[in-house]
Amino acid sequence: MAQAAVQEKILPPPQEAKGPSVLQSRGMAGFLFMLPALIFLLVFLTYPLGLGVWLGFTDTRIGRDGVWIGLENYQLLWEDSLFWLSVFNTLLYTIAASILKFALGLWLALILNEHLPFKSFFRAVLLLPWVVPTVLSAIAFWWIYDSQFSVISWGLIELGIIDTPINFLGDMENARASVIAANVWRGIPFVAITLLAGLQTISPSLHEAATLDGATGWQRFRYITLPMLSPLIAVVMTFSVLFTFTDFQLIYVLTRGGPLNATHLMATLSFQRAIPGGQLGEGAAIAVAMIPFLLAAILFSYFGLQRRKWQQGGAD
Amino acid sequence: MGVVTNAVPRNTATADESVGMSYLDRLPRRVVIVYLPLAVFTFVLLFPFYWMTVTALKPNHEMTDFNNYSPFWPSSPTLQHIYYLLFETSYPGWLWNTMLVAIGSTILSLFAAVLAAYAIERIRFAGSRWTGLAIFLAYLVPPSILFIPLAVMTFKFGIYDSKLALILTYPTFLIPFCTWLLMGYFRSIPYELEECALVDGASRWQILTKIMLPLAVPGLISAGIFAFTLSWNEFIYALTFIQSSENKTVPVGVLTELVRGDVYEWGALMAGALLGSLPVVLLYSFFVDYYVASMTGAVKE
Repeated sequence: MAQAAVQEKILPPPQEAKGPSVLQSRGMAGFLFMLPALIFLLVFLTYPLGLGVWLGFTDTRIGRDGVWIGLENYQLLWEDSLFWLSVFNTLLYTIAASILKFALGLWLALILNEHLPFKSFFRAVLLLPWVVPTVLSAIAFWWIYDSQFSVISWGLIELGIIDTPINFLGDMENARASVIAANVWRGIPFVAITLLAGLQTISPSLHEAATLDGATGWQRFRYITLPMLSPLIAVVMTFSVLFTFTDFQLIYVLTRGGPLNATHLMATLSFQRAIPGGQLGEGAAIAVAMIPFLLAAILFSYFGLQRRKWQQGGAD
Repeated sequence: MGVVTNAVPRNTATADESVGMSYLDRLPRRVVIVYLPLAVFTFVLLFPFYWMTVTALKPNHEMTDFNNYSPFWPSSPTLQHIYYLLFETSYPGWLWNTMLVAIGSTILSLFAAVLAAYAIERIRFAGSRWTGLAIFLAYLVPPSILFIPLAVMTFKFGIYDSKLALILTYPTFLIPFCTWLLMGYFRSIPYELEECALVDGASRWQILTKIMLPLAVPGLISAGIFAFTLSWNEFIYALTFIQSSENKTVPVGVLTELVRGDVYEWGALMAGALLGSLPVVLLYSFFVDYYVASMTGAVKE
């Protein structure tokens, strides 16, 4: 972005000084070129977003148009302990998974940034969990978490660490930990590979200079790597938080919200109420309730970016 | 400073192989700090795929009997699960559906995204900056919020339970992504080329098709591959908008049709997951660099 701004200052867009007719035609050309994307996004993104908010204020069901009922859906949700449980689960899931993804992803990025044999091979292979469809890898986890024939339980029993198979998805705490682990497994490669791209833009001479000044490895990481990487970290983690918060697929495959709703997220609850339950209005209200959290995450990241520009002595 | 003069000369400051000071580390230290964690990461990240493959090739009686057969290798590998999948279920149809939907929505999104990115980045109409920001924000709108109103809409439009519903709704997340990515590529093409063409009397359309697009081919490939993968992996829309078995996509079909009651056909499930992942993995393996470029490019802008 900064690069683009500089480019503009040096090279003002051509045709700037021409008459109003050109400006007019530019507006027209711009509009015509934007038209296909504009139509698509207005019809299938902006309109449904508004429709979703409206549905949240109605009692629409599958096969029956609803009428305006004001805040009734939200009042029901406010008194619904299952809804609050899903909010708690979603926050727990998002925070735990994001912290783990960040820590492990950064660690993996730092390892891959070392001088390694077959580096590009490792980079390509380690991204696989992120490339493969989530539902299909979640099915593999489903089998790995099987209550009787789990390969993890088998391995731990063989090693003599436990006596009976672990009930991965049948117990509340275990189920939460298991779905978080599966989410982290899928998210690590994304964080690692994007952060690796950032690490590679940090000039090694900075580290060399710091070492000559007597900085330890930790100090170099804390005062060179981390500040240089922080803008990228902010963006990557915003994406990661947004996608974790609105996750649906993994939970739907592994637990469908169970056991005892311990893993019900807001997205899965919204789906359950709206599609199998038929209560489109209530489902839409749950989906709308996710928006404030998402906005908070985006704003948080936006101000994180601002701070970094100020740190680097940028204009704004 | 003998160390520095001995170092391999680098062409650019940001060379891919940033050696840094790793040559100062002793070997045992590197084993503990680098190779051991790397081995653990590789094992954990790849084990599910190995397990998927092994399970898909095991006959049923070996699958649950870890005492008499080694769990990590099929003693008598069989193709019966894959055979079952391909000839006794609707799986080939789901593959075909997924392919159609992914290709259709990718082409549609690329077309709209190329035009939009060119308009925002180069025509610079009034408000193009805000449009660019709006496109980015549109990418952040998650499908989990949109699936209920979209289900209502597809029903009203009469395209519920058809592949068209998916082809038309997938661009909601593909167009913002592709536009954002292509804006970055267009930005890197010098204005001078365009000025020359304008002086020679080329129209906007000619500039786009004859000058910009040939130069932005890597960007188009990146955006196309990524869009294809995203559509292939999509789940919540496909689950909500499709009812009949013959219109299902692979992720939905495998999950809803191969699991019947309490009888889990683990072999068939694993074979289905494996075969369903294969097309994107193949595509990915041919274009790793484009894929990584689009992933990191979208985040870095």
